[in-house]
Amino acid sequence: MAKRIAIECSHAISLAAKLANVDVVAAYPITPQTHIVEKLSEYVADGELDAEYINVESEHSAMSACIGASAVGARVFTATAGQGLALMHEMLFIAAGNRLPIVMAVANRSLSPNLNIWGDQSDMMASKDCGWIQIYAENAQEVFDFTLQAFKIAEDERVMLPVAINFDGFYVTHVIEPIIALDQEEVKKFLPPRKIPSYALHPDHPTTWGPIGLPDVQTELKRQLEEALRNSKTVIKEVWKEFGDMFGRYYDFFEPYRLEDAEIAILMMGGHCGTARIAVDRLREKGEKVGLIKLRLFRPFPDEELIKLTKNLKVLAIVDKAFSPGGLGGPVFTEVKALFYNQKIKPEIVGFIAGLGGRDIRVDEFMVAVERAKKALMGEKIDKGFMFLQVRE
Amino acid sequence: MAEKKVFFKSLKDLPKEDFFVQGHRACPGCGETIAVRLIMKAVGPNCIVITPTGCLEVVSSPYPYTSWAVPWYHVAFENAAAVASGVEAGLKALMRKGKLEKKRIHVIAIAGDGGTADIGLQALSGALERGHDFLYVCLDNEAYMNTGIQRSGSTPYGAWTTTSAVGKIMPGKLQWKKNVPAIAAAHDIPYVATACPAYPLDLVNKAKKAVEIDGPAYLHVLTPCVPGWRIPSNLSIKIARLAVQTGIFPLYEVEDGRLHVTVKVPKRKHVKEYLKLQGRFAHLTDGEIEKIQKRVDMESEKLGLGPRET
Ligand SMILES: Cc1ncc(C[n+]2csc(CCOP(=O)(O)OP(=O)(O)O)c2C)c(N)n1
Ligand SMILES: [Mg+2]
Repeated sequence: MAKRIAIECSHAISLAAKLANVDVVAAYPITPQTHIVEKLSEYVADGELDAEYINVESEHSAMSACIGASAVGARVFTATAGQGLALMHEMLFIAAGNRLPIVMAVANRSLSPNLNIWGDQSDMMASKDCGWIQIYAENAQEVFDFTLQAFKIAEDERVMLPVAINFDGFYVTHVIEPIIALDQEEVKKFLPPRKIPSYALHPDHPTTWGPIGLPDVQTELKRQLEEALRNSKTVIKEVWKEFGDMFGRYYDFFEPYRLEDAEIAILMMGGHCGTARIAVDRLREKGEKVGLIKLRLFRPFPDEELIKLTKNLKVLAIVDKAFSPGGLGGPVFTEVKALFYNQKIKPEIVGFIAGLGGRDIRVDEFMVAVERAKKALMGEKIDKGFMFLQVRE
Repeated sequence: MAEKKVFFKSLKDLPKEDFFVQGHRACPGCGETIAVRLIMKAVGPNCIVITPTGCLEVVSSPYPYTSWAVPWYHVAFENAAAVASGVEAGLKALMRKGKLEKKRIHVIAIAGDGGTADIGLQALSGALERGHDFLYVCLDNEAYMNTGIQRSGSTPYGAWTTTSAVGKIMPGKLQWKKNVPAIAAAHDIPYVATACPAYPLDLVNKAKKAVEIDGPAYLHVLTPCVPGWRIPSNLSIKIARLAVQTGIFPLYEVEDGRLHVTVKVPKRKHVKEYLKLQGRFAHLTDGEIEKIQKRVDMESEKLGLGPRET
């Protein structure tokens, strides 16, 4: 029976991986991911999880080992953060291109320099084009549920793609929260063992994987990946619905908050949505028609769904915890701007970069962002459409 | 003392069947493909092969063709040992948990010297230290051949490559060759050996022994490269033999920490015999050649090879 427990978010993901009965864990420690893999090591040491735990010598090898294990048909889990994800970068594309259903937790961490172990989303965003399904979680319950769902989504024959579950370093990873934890029987019903594909590496049916591809095939291969990622939206919806029907917790690509009559909405991903909700409440008390859209799915990007959801909005204030130096703003901001460019009716879209390297985004700062976004509607535009919210000048 | 087991008494004992088959696009006289064909005959079909980026991968897998009659996976350049670790661990877990029928499947990484001595050394060291049950084969053609003959850590002293150019003031590679078999042996793994296709029986027996051993095994194979060494294609085996007969590339095994030479060289030939056939050494002065000879003398003495022919 499902049980209400208090658990650190990091351990919630380890628990989910254990309940998913993963066959192989290959991971390398990096703050703020360490608690995830330490807990898994304990599970294996106590005989609670029957898995091969590969203590690789780097994150590059972690993902390489995951790739090898997944190619023989094993259910595979890993976790990393920041520099570790950057070191994996090359392998991320291969995991996706070879259509391997690896599940990875990313305890989002800033990229060096300076050496900074704290949270922002610049790690995953630097690898956003790697072809993985990318989900962002806000709390322990989401982290737990998303991980279990991730295996089911990844291993679906219509998908066969790796999934990254992102959650903010420290602000989410290290927080103890109550969750409804499923038990082994419940998980078994929802998530059967991985079916070993007929083309898995095995001497009984030799296959050649990862050949050299000349220019005459590369376009088609990349296009297939694009299609697989797009189509995965359907499966994600199905799996989330099935999960909801079984356990009562339903998920969608977005979690709107006080959006019904809103004219302005904050749009963002991850742990700071909690603070943003408080800012929304404060502004509502002052009579402002403000809401929040929490975005859960970054890849595949829920394009039509976002257009539908925002059709009554006048202003979208997008808060990114990552950006592209010399570029056109934060990743969610540029994505959404591109999405709306060809739309006849569109909200004013204003970008804010905040929360870098673990800097908290306070309630009053969210309120400042909303005020500033409102001004853009009155014609007081921000140069390039985006700004840093918290710079000490 | 480790048991002295002979799996193949003559090359006729090898299976007729090939598991690395014809049709690949290697140059005529390529030492790599000759060695791989023999190794695959020795280990048989019950294996999974991982090859990093490099000549072997490129010549054997131009999509949609393949020369591999066994399951084969190329992932990237620097991580063959890490991918092999995952394959081995995956099979182990699936078999233990009853998801895959229990049987021994040999996991074999076959890499170039660049993918081994340089960019892949960390992954190799990690995998050896963790003790995965797999065989790692390094095909040593002494440079990054796939990208156009650039210098590697395994390129010998004095050799010309496209990035150890011979010019008015530079005489080719300035450093000695990295001793990767010794690095592998320093991990105290059960089996390390060197081999070369000029001694095919020695090679196939070592390959077979290496896969049969429990735990990690490392096999370092010298594989002449026709364009890279600037040699005629009909001389690659002869030159490989000279590498052994001069003491430049001694053939040995290290079992449980004990080294023994498998192909005795009672009278070593002068290194000149080996160097003079190869365009990559054509620029070497007598002084440079003597410097190489001195080094080989010193190494040979350590291994207990015979004296030099006079
Ligand atoms: C990360 C990375 N760096 C560089 C390359 C380019 N590259 C491909 S193969 C190769 C050299 C391979 O040399 P070696 O391992 O000795 O194999 P050989 O081709 O000589 O058999 C290089 C440098 C690459 N593919 N990936
Ligand atoms: Mg080479």
